[in-house]
Amino acid sequence: MKVTIKYFGLVAEAAGKNEEVFNFEGTLTSGELKNKCLDQLSILDRDSVQVAVNQNLDDTIEIKEGDEVALLPPFAGG
Amino acid sequence: MNRYDRQIQLDEVGPMGQDKLRNAKVLIVGVGGLGCPAALYLVGAGVGKIGLMDHDKVDLTNLHRQVLFQESDVGKPKARAAKEHLSARNSNVVFEVIKEALTVSNALSIFKNYDIILDGTDNFETKYLINDACVLSNKPWIYASIYKNEGQLSVFNYKNGPSYRCLFPKTTRQNISCEATGVLGVLPGILGTLQAAEALKLILERGEVLSGTLKLFNIMLGTEQTINIKKRPEEIEAIQQNGILPIKIECALKNEQQWYLDVREIFEQPKPKGNNVIHIPLGDILSRYREIPEDIEVLVFCQSGKRSKNAVDLLKREFGFNNLKNVEGGIESIIEVEK
Repeated sequence: MKVTIKYFGLVAEAAGKNEEVFNFEGTLTSGELKNKCLDQLSILDRDSVQVAVNQNLDDTIEIKEGDEVALLPPFAGG
Repeated sequence: MNRYDRQIQLDEVGPMGQDKLRNAKVLIVGVGGLGCPAALYLVGAGVGKIGLMDHDKVDLTNLHRQVLFQESDVGKPKARAAKEHLSARNSNVVFEVIKEALTVSNALSIFKNYDIILDGTDNFETKYLINDACVLSNKPWIYASIYKNEGQLSVFNYKNGPSYRCLFPKTTRQNISCEATGVLGVLPGILGTLQAAEALKLILERGEVLSGTLKLFNIMLGTEQTINIKKRPEEIEAIQQNGILPIKIECALKNEQQWYLDVREIFEQPKPKGNNVIHIPLGDILSRYREIPEDIEVLVFCQSGKRSKNAVDLLKREFGFNNLKNVEGGIESIIEVEK
């Protein structure tokens, strides 16, 4: 299954890119996909990173072909 | 001629809207990169009362982005310096200068006197504090945060809408400031101006308020993204039942027997616990080097390892310290990971 993943903040920095197409087999929820991505990027602080699927925050929805997934870490600069 | 003529001409403002602006009270928490441009436009628009809250003083490195301040302001309290420049711009506006940090004990009594809270802060502890105090006092707040070339913008707690805890129920220990990462002055300039636009929409009761919506900007890519935020009622109920839920971003260091020197600014997080940590911000190191032991190994750290390397080099060159070792991986590499 092919999905587009958009990275923000520290996650984009760890990935070295802002966006990529991700391929995987089987079924995953958005939360599982998030953890898979963060594992690959060696990001330990998983819980604070939010996941949005097609512009809606949701970590339980099942991912479908062509979904756009965004990984949003909090940041606080001002 | 009415000084507000050019905005009164708009259907969204008109004479009635101008009255609403004159009767409005906005508190700006943090008069920095975000708060300065927001204040300039709100004062220009004729908002009746503006609170300027900041415990910090103007530093030379603030000037590239904190557009209210001039070279002659360096060393002055930000809230007071801001008031001087803003009163010169519009003498009809009433200002309250608050040279204190926002705390659990003063938040509710200060918020009580305002309709809208505009967040110009730079750390998670204060953002959660603003959120909880706004939920308890039933006031909307206008949120913005920046990280390098990215910005986030939203309006929370507006007419029963989602709160900051609905977006980020769990926080992170990674509080990274503009001091540590760098930022172009225009980014907080844009976000602070957009915060002022949201404040005007709230006051005028016109347009689409960014409630339930997170806007994400990347100025280097020129992109903008919108994310819909769902309300998490349990997060809001927890505040209503328990009051402000302070976030303490503390951490334990791996080795309790080891001496450490933390050269970050006082507001940077996480804050290490324990009596084995000496805290001297890099800017003060030349005047306070006597506080550092010379006869025992001291590990020097900051957020990323860059400032602490400068500190180690400087202390060796200037005063001959040979017992200092830089923590190359920054604070995250020496923290005891909680189970």
